[in-house]
Amino acid sequence: MQTGKRITQTAWTLGFLGLGITLLAPANVPAMSGEDAPEVIEIDSLSKLYGPVTFDHGAHVAMATCADCHHHTTGTGTADPSCARCHDGKEEAESVSCSDCHAAEPFNDEGLKRMENHELFHMDKPGLKGAYHLNCITCHQEIGGATGCQDCHTMTEAGEKRFNTGKHAPEGYTPGAAHQDSGKH
Amino acid sequence: MNKQLSRRGFIKGGLAGTVAATVLKDTNADAGHHFEAYPNAMGVIVDLTRCVGCRSCEAACNKEQELPAQPEPFDDFNVFDQRLHGQRRRTDETRYTVVNRYEVPGQDHPLFRKQQCNHCNEPACLTSCFVNAYTKTPEGAVIYNSKVCVGCRTCMIACPFYVPTFKYSSAFKPKIMKCVFCYDTRLKEGKPPACVEACPQEALTFGKRDDMLDVGHQRIRMNPGKYVEHIYGEHEAGGTSWMYLSPVPFDKVGLDTDVPQEPILNYVTGFLAIVPMVLTIWPALFTGFHLLATRKDRIEELENDDKQEA
Repeated sequence: MQTGKRITQTAWTLGFLGLGITLLAPANVPAMSGEDAPEVIEIDSLSKLYGPVTFDHGAHVAMATCADCHHHTTGTGTADPSCARCHDGKEEAESVSCSDCHAAEPFNDEGLKRMENHELFHMDKPGLKGAYHLNCITCHQEIGGATGCQDCHTMTEAGEKRFNTGKHAPEGYTPGAAHQDSGKH
Repeated sequence: MNKQLSRRGFIKGGLAGTVAATVLKDTNADAGHHFEAYPNAMGVIVDLTRCVGCRSCEAACNKEQELPAQPEPFDDFNVFDQRLHGQRRRTDETRYTVVNRYEVPGQDHPLFRKQQCNHCNEPACLTSCFVNAYTKTPEGAVIYNSKVCVGCRTCMIACPFYVPTFKYSSAFKPKIMKCVFCYDTRLKEGKPPACVEACPQEALTFGKRDDMLDVGHQRIRMNPGKYVEHIYGEHEAGGTSWMYLSPVPFDKVGLDTDVPQEPILNYVTGFLAIVPMVLTIWPALFTGFHLLATRKDRIEELENDDKQEA
């Protein structure tokens, strides 16, 4: 009898404790902050015509909120009211990596299939390359940051070949001569 | 007497038949030419708010289509200042796509617009071609067969977007040069064209044309004030596979806003339907009139001859 009462008491205590932990958890374990992320991130998943981008995450944490780049997946949560309709929680998403949501090949069969789903709010989600550039360049244009291609990544040999530049420049090409009006007689 | 009446009756019947045939032919022609776009045609939406003028699409096109080398590297941005007879750069036999820069008052940065063949649902180049050198494929591409082309260049005049260009540099192998949506090398296999794949800003979005229209309308709806509330190419020239979204009125970025909202073909259907009638019925009809009008003279002539002989 006595033992039975004790077990019940212990169960209740454990129960309350568990509930307490569950309730307190979001407050006790804050979402990931910018300082938790690596200081410098090498973005090289798409490098072919251009070399990898050395992204100074630390410097950007000082200038922007998490949501500016990570939407609703980490840190402060989203500020965009149309995103908040579904993603108003501040919990960490399972992954905060760009490439987990933005496909490297957005126009393959899978991507085209997704765009057929007109019910899907994110049917118009940019691919990985688009997501990087749209995020970076749009902001850099606004704050007057670097926007030139080679400001962020240097062109590779393959890139020079593709763009007919550097070692592969057209014969007899003089930089800066192109603006002349060849139509004026 | 009986013979004469029956002949008159025959002519009357013939005239009535001609009129009936003409009327019927016209209505048939109008009904028969209504063509809905291929349901699974692919398309591209060009978002001018995204384009930064990096010319990656031009470089990719040049390599993919094995076009001749350009005089300037593709990372030379001075080309945006080029003017030929006061006009910005345009597509020609050495480049199927070009990007041009537009300084629009009220915009804090210049706008760039890529141009190429818009791949009309009902292409004017195709309908104007009398040897059927053009084909609109079910995938949406307007492709061209140089083997049957006679080099008449009617397509160049027919195109409302001035896209087909002529290979003037070759005297013996005339050829029309224009964007083919990378049909042979990519689109046929369901892959996006080279320019789309190369675009870093995803200013070019590729998918089924119907889905691209949805994407375009969603962008307009979700970003109030960002775009002009119209997709250029949804209805222009009867609808095109390549379409544009713009933050400024389309004529500010060099797009022709006077292009009719229906296929160019509709303007010539009536005329073209008359051509076979003119060529087949009119000669018979007027020969008949002539014979009828001169019949008395001929009878008189014959009678005179008879009299003289007598």
